[in-house]
Amino acid sequence: MALGVRLAAREELATRPGRDTLLTVGLRWLLIAVSLAFLAALLLAPLATVFVTAFSHGLGAYLDTFDDPDTRSAIRLTLVSAAVVVPLNTLFGLAASWCIAKFEFRGKSFLLTLIDLPLAVSPVISGMLFVLLFGLQGWFGHWLQDHNISIIFALPGIIIAEMFVTFPYVARELIPLMQQLGNDEEEAAITMGAGAWMTFFRVTLPKVRWGLIYGVILCNARAMGEFGAVSVVSGHIRGLTDTMPLHIEILYNEYNFVGAFAVASLLTLLAVLTLVIKTSVERTGYKRR
Amino acid sequence: MPAERFRQPSVLPGFGLTFGFTTFFLSALVLLPLAALALMAGSMHWSDFVRVVLSARALGSYRLSFGASFLAATTNLAFGFVIAWTLVRYQFPGRKAVDALIDMPFALPTAVSGIALTSVFAANGWIGRYLAAFGIQVAYTWIGVTVALTLIGMPFMVRTLQPAIAEVQRDLEDAAETLGAGRLYVFRRIVLPTVLPAMLTGFTLAFARAVGEYGSVIFIAGNLPMKTEITPLLIVIHLQEFDYRGAAALGSVMLVISFVVLLTINLIHSWGRRRLVATAH
Repeated sequence: MALGVRLAAREELATRPGRDTLLTVGLRWLLIAVSLAFLAALLLAPLATVFVTAFSHGLGAYLDTFDDPDTRSAIRLTLVSAAVVVPLNTLFGLAASWCIAKFEFRGKSFLLTLIDLPLAVSPVISGMLFVLLFGLQGWFGHWLQDHNISIIFALPGIIIAEMFVTFPYVARELIPLMQQLGNDEEEAAITMGAGAWMTFFRVTLPKVRWGLIYGVILCNARAMGEFGAVSVVSGHIRGLTDTMPLHIEILYNEYNFVGAFAVASLLTLLAVLTLVIKTSVERTGYKRR
Repeated sequence: MPAERFRQPSVLPGFGLTFGFTTFFLSALVLLPLAALALMAGSMHWSDFVRVVLSARALGSYRLSFGASFLAATTNLAFGFVIAWTLVRYQFPGRKAVDALIDMPFALPTAVSGIALTSVFAANGWIGRYLAAFGIQVAYTWIGVTVALTLIGMPFMVRTLQPAIAEVQRDLEDAAETLGAGRLYVFRRIVLPTVLPAMLTGFTLAFARAVGEYGSVIFIAGNLPMKTEITPLLIVIHLQEFDYRGAAALGSVMLVISFVVLLTINLIHSWGRRRLVATAH
């Protein structure tokens, strides 16, 4: 009898909203299991396979990859091009976000559309745009050849392609952040007699620094990892115009899997580092959008 | 009547400098190259243009690129919803780590995800060997292309859906349940209408990203003409043969089709908004 009462009470409880029933608990665990299985197959397995294959012939074989002069030159080229691209794009991101977030002017949405464009265009088309301009059959091809300047199949082309693909990242982090924070403090600083640069460095920059850091890190990761656009403009000259992602392709197509995945493991670590920095930036209270 | 000002007055300095730098940068890096593309495609005779963009090989590549992108975005619609729902509504150990991991395809270089997916889904790979036992070949077929495009689009779907699911009012759901509505009815009438715009946006973003994707696809695709050759690869092949006009023609067709798809989905989107507002009254 007591049992019957308790069961009835439990049944009554179960019909209340927000209560756990067998159905809701079962559904919850089913959905969690489906999510984790999907991510494990599509994300974790590929990530794990990078390191497992890279070390499949032991640490020695892994390290041997980095003794190869071509691999070293690919790493050097990746670092050099990122060292040019990231500061320039940071400068652009700061200028564009100041101009767009602090002022109201005509044609602002057009500028915003242009900034978003590289994110919507295929990387292959991004690279092709510069081949059409600077390639031998391109608009400036003959002029460049007459003046002995090489852009396509050389370092300048790689830098320009990486710049095109990654310039939105800093700007897109900073613009919403600056808009959200408003202009009051800057206006107060200016009206009280602070100079323009002082206002920027002492008022604006400290407010947006976490967004700026994340934008720069993301821009760097994308620049170092860019494949499609760089592949179109670089010409794949081994030891000369091969960046790390292109070198991965070459090693992979030569069936040198240990080498390909060893180089890939460095870029994977870079991506993991980027995500760690993003997560810790968000923990400081700064949220994207 | 005074002419409308180009810019509203502000006490803040630096407009001239930052506006000048921004427009110069964008003109040199974006507008000039786009003009080069338009001129290059426009300088072709129309019959040559048609011959390139409607060749059997090109048509085959559109079918794969747009078809696989559509399938991948649809897959993401289902799994992306489940993942976003799980991350927003449920507490489980490791939730924060899983949430951080969602952005991985966005940060990981496409060449790395390409070779890694290929080795996992190849016939002797960790997952591919079990699928091969059922006679399903993933790597070097259109299924492999779809798998790669699903991975690439996943963060866009999940990140668009998360805030929308968080916005669903739980007291509405509870109220509906006390009034006797079943879970499915609550889902269909309360949850779905709220997240539908986000689902469409996520679908659009995932689809648009997938259509242009190159690096992660070419390793797993097999790249056989007419069968497993995506349009971006066909553009690369034209460029390698120094056929700049053909490449520009294909590139402009891709840009136009993507633009039309985006426009259509935006129209559906705004129609959905209007319908939602109309039913609310």
